[in-house]
Amino acid sequence: MMDIAIDIASWVLLALGGVNLLIGGIGVLRMPDLYTRMHAASLTDSMGAILVILGIMLQAGLSLATVKLGVILVFLLLTSPTAANALAASALLAGVTPRTGQSLHLSDSEARE
Amino acid sequence: MTTLFGIFLLTLLMITGMAIVHTRNLFVAVMLMGIASLLIAASFFLLDAADVALTEAAIGAGISTVLFLGALALTSERERKRRRSLSTSSLLQFGIVGVVALIVIWATFDQPRLGSPSAPVQAHLTPWYIESTRDLIDIPNAVTAVLASFRGYDTLGEVVVVFTAGVGVLFLLGTGASSRAAGAPLSEDNAGLRHYLIPRILGRLLIPFILLLGFYVQFHGEYGPGGGFQAGAIIAASVILYALLEGEQRALSVIPQGVLLAMMAGGTLLFGAVGVAGIVLGSNFLDYSVLSEDPVNGQHWGILLIEMGIGITVAGVLISIFHAFAARATA
Repeated sequence: MMDIAIDIASWVLLALGGVNLLIGGIGVLRMPDLYTRMHAASLTDSMGAILVILGIMLQAGLSLATVKLGVILVFLLLTSPTAANALAASALLAGVTPRTGQSLHLSDSEARE
Repeated sequence: MTTLFGIFLLTLLMITGMAIVHTRNLFVAVMLMGIASLLIAASFFLLDAADVALTEAAIGAGISTVLFLGALALTSERERKRRRSLSTSSLLQFGIVGVVALIVIWATFDQPRLGSPSAPVQAHLTPWYIESTRDLIDIPNAVTAVLASFRGYDTLGEVVVVFTAGVGVLFLLGTGASSRAAGAPLSEDNAGLRHYLIPRILGRLLIPFILLLGFYVQFHGEYGPGGGFQAGAIIAASVILYALLEGEQRALSVIPQGVLLAMMAGGTLLFGAVGVAGIVLGSNFLDYSVLSEDPVNGQHWGILLIEMGIGITVAGVLISIFHAFAARATA
């Protein structure tokens, strides 16, 4: 009984994590400019990592693998937002301006004209 | 399941490879090459080659990307436009490539299936290595035994190649010593990311752990995946991260250029000296059994020393190449 409950919980977490990552991927393709794309990618990436690793942790049970997964999770939660921050900061420094107002509603080719 | 993952990874790898060839933007090409390396590392891991996967991930996806970006800072970001017309010479090229590809594909039909137990290499060499590792060297990781002891010549050659490559890059780009001799203070250009608080704090947090991982991989290579090549790359990565965050000058004051050059040459020399020590003590070149009273113990000493030599050389070469590029880019 307990095993089935753990299995179900772990599969729900894994599926939710996968959905998160999928949404992030769609967001990267669909969003209009660099900053919104990064917003889509970085948030879902962190959430997806948390859910997927928690799902695998449930599968691994109380073992060394769970501890390692926890360390990996801490590492990912530290690095991936920092990488997103560094990317956005350097994009702003390089002169990429966020698209606001009217230009948001235009497609890429129209905005360039 | 493994086959499915393998096919998935190799398909992604092919798509990435085509994108690398197709793109004109060299920055994009560099990023895609990092992805390609990571995919190759994942497929190596799928084939249970953890040592190679670790090397590929550390060097291919990590250090090479940084070095390519350093090289891009010296050139332009976009590839020059080529002629698009199909001339006879390009048709000839296509023809030659096509014929060679067909011959190679034809040749693979004679190869034994991947991992097949009846393949010649599994029938003679591999069992011998596995048994001899247990009897002669007595360490759990047979890969390290093959790399460091049985095929010590090859590994010495590889280390000399790494050393030579480092010397070659330094000859081409210079060590940057002349521009630094003026005692250039910390200017805006070479101050790294010092004004970005978040990456710096995180870097300070992570660099000790990356270094620790590097030393673990170095000294644990006999028991698990890892060894000198991987450890050298990881240690170099932590120093390069420090240089990116705190500025190149600071990194150079931590490990000065002279020390790096001594590391490049010293590691290679250490490897060679261990080999010569075998001759002096009355056996063959790179035979570690005579290094100690007990042959197995001697093998352990030899492997420990030459892995240390490999690690020192690889770290020295990678950090030197990074500094050479960085000095050119800011000069």
